[in-house]
Amino acid sequence: MTKKPARKTTAKTASVPTEQVPLVDYLRLGARPYLRAHECTKCGARYFDRRNACAKCGKTEFKNARVKNAARVKAFTIVHRAAPGVPAPYVSAIVTTEDGTTVRSNIVNCEPSPDTVRLGMKVKLTTYPIGTDDNGCEAVAYGYQPA
Amino acid sequence: MPADPNNGDDVWVLGTHMTKFGRYPDKDWVDLASESAMEAMADGKVTIHDMEILAAGSLFNASAGPGQRIQKQIGQTGIPVYNVANACATGATAIRTVYMAIKAGEAEMGLAVGVEQMGKMGMLTGATKKESKTYEPSGRFGAVTGVDGYLGTDGMPGVFAQAGMEYANDHDGVGFEQFAKVAYKNHKNSALNPLAQYRKEFSLEEVMGAPVMSYPNTLLMCCPTGDGAASVVLVSGERLKSMSKRAQKRAVKISASVLTSDPWTESGQVLPDVNTLTRNAAEQAYEKSGVDPSDLDLVELHDCFATAELLHYDNLGLCERGGAGDWIDSGGPFRDGDTPVNVSGGLISKGHPIGATGVANVYEVTTHLRGEAGDRQVKGATVGLTHVIGLGSSCGIHILEKAAV
Repeated sequence: MTKKPARKTTAKTASVPTEQVPLVDYLRLGARPYLRAHECTKCGARYFDRRNACAKCGKTEFKNARVKNAARVKAFTIVHRAAPGVPAPYVSAIVTTEDGTTVRSNIVNCEPSPDTVRLGMKVKLTTYPIGTDDNGCEAVAYGYQPA
Repeated sequence: MPADPNNGDDVWVLGTHMTKFGRYPDKDWVDLASESAMEAMADGKVTIHDMEILAAGSLFNASAGPGQRIQKQIGQTGIPVYNVANACATGATAIRTVYMAIKAGEAEMGLAVGVEQMGKMGMLTGATKKESKTYEPSGRFGAVTGVDGYLGTDGMPGVFAQAGMEYANDHDGVGFEQFAKVAYKNHKNSALNPLAQYRKEFSLEEVMGAPVMSYPNTLLMCCPTGDGAASVVLVSGERLKSMSKRAQKRAVKISASVLTSDPWTESGQVLPDVNTLTRNAAEQAYEKSGVDPSDLDLVELHDCFATAELLHYDNLGLCERGGAGDWIDSGGPFRDGDTPVNVSGGLISKGHPIGATGVANVYEVTTHLRGEAGDRQVKGATVGLTHVIGLGSSCGIHILEKAAV
């Protein structure tokens, strides 16, 4: 993972190496970023957050699963009126990965137009920085881009 | 198939009322709810002293004790109050609470009230996380900052746009134009409804050419925020038998009252699945009532966005499976079509004060079954269905039938 120099340093943090954090904990950064799901050991249902029991079958054991990066667009919308502070327009989508997991994401590196984004379009996982905090720590989000 | 009031086990709508939906800067939600409650009881020629249970819902005032606030305005008789909150199914949940109490034999008569005052609160989005100066993982996904706009949208127009596009992905003949026709129809219907928040017709071109909120939903394909209240008085069949012939004639039977939540689905973990629980509720409602979708004279369903209405044609069995696009293209849900849908103007133009919505659609269908709907009356209507869905999710369906007397 490339480490970017701190945008802003303070006396307290000047000597601390800068770092990256994933926007959400189920995004695993590294040489080949991927999404980590909690997979039910009985029925295989996947969850990105923690569950007390599987919402599908009720079993209480989960293992970490690496979600495949290749996916197809199952549904999308082009958001023109976004929440305050969110740049628009952008493409919001629901994608289904090659191994059948449904993921919410933006479609990135793609013109936000219904002529460019297509239902069923092949996409793949990518990551990009979204900001840097006061300690020079960079937040990294995931998105899917046309494959 | 007119309903027989001589069956004492049934539950009936005795009185009902809704305020005009809109904006009431000079009133508060307690005023609106109380006004509607009083009018619904007057409509049924009963008073608060006849009520044995009160269920009240106001999503944004859930912690304020809406039922008790209403009692202080209209009569504190000491009856049990149930305050309910179930997202956009809040009003339907209030009705079902009273329905269950009567079915259980705990009460003979009760009042359900739904109310909301939203003013011009703007677009509803997910909770925005405060921008922090240092990134610290928090919450169930360990997010270091707000995810809305980075990991897809939490804005309602977009969430429901995606639900519609999922249907378009799975079925042919569904696209921007079919979704836009829903809004064209509902705006047109609302012109006949004096209680609607907006009563202006728009051409299909105007609907499609309006500013895009979340493609394919344009501004005219999204429901507005607003204020309003609606109420129903429910009565047991046994008690109804002892009431006047006029009351019996105007009473409307609740042939099915159903509430469902989400069963597990894979995609429902990240995109609200508004379909499965609606299908389940519809199946139960048709089974309980013995009513077939083809028997329905009118349907009031949850068109919070134009993309949502189209899905429910299919979910409620109003069209062939997968055929919602063809059905609207053929005019099926229009006023003069096979099964008129949202003749009130729907949430898109009648308005959607959240807590009131699930009661207002029962008001609407009841009014048609009584033959009292004026200019917008669906002629000869004897059976109708109401549907709401609250994200999270919760789906309420009521099937109503005209009295035989």
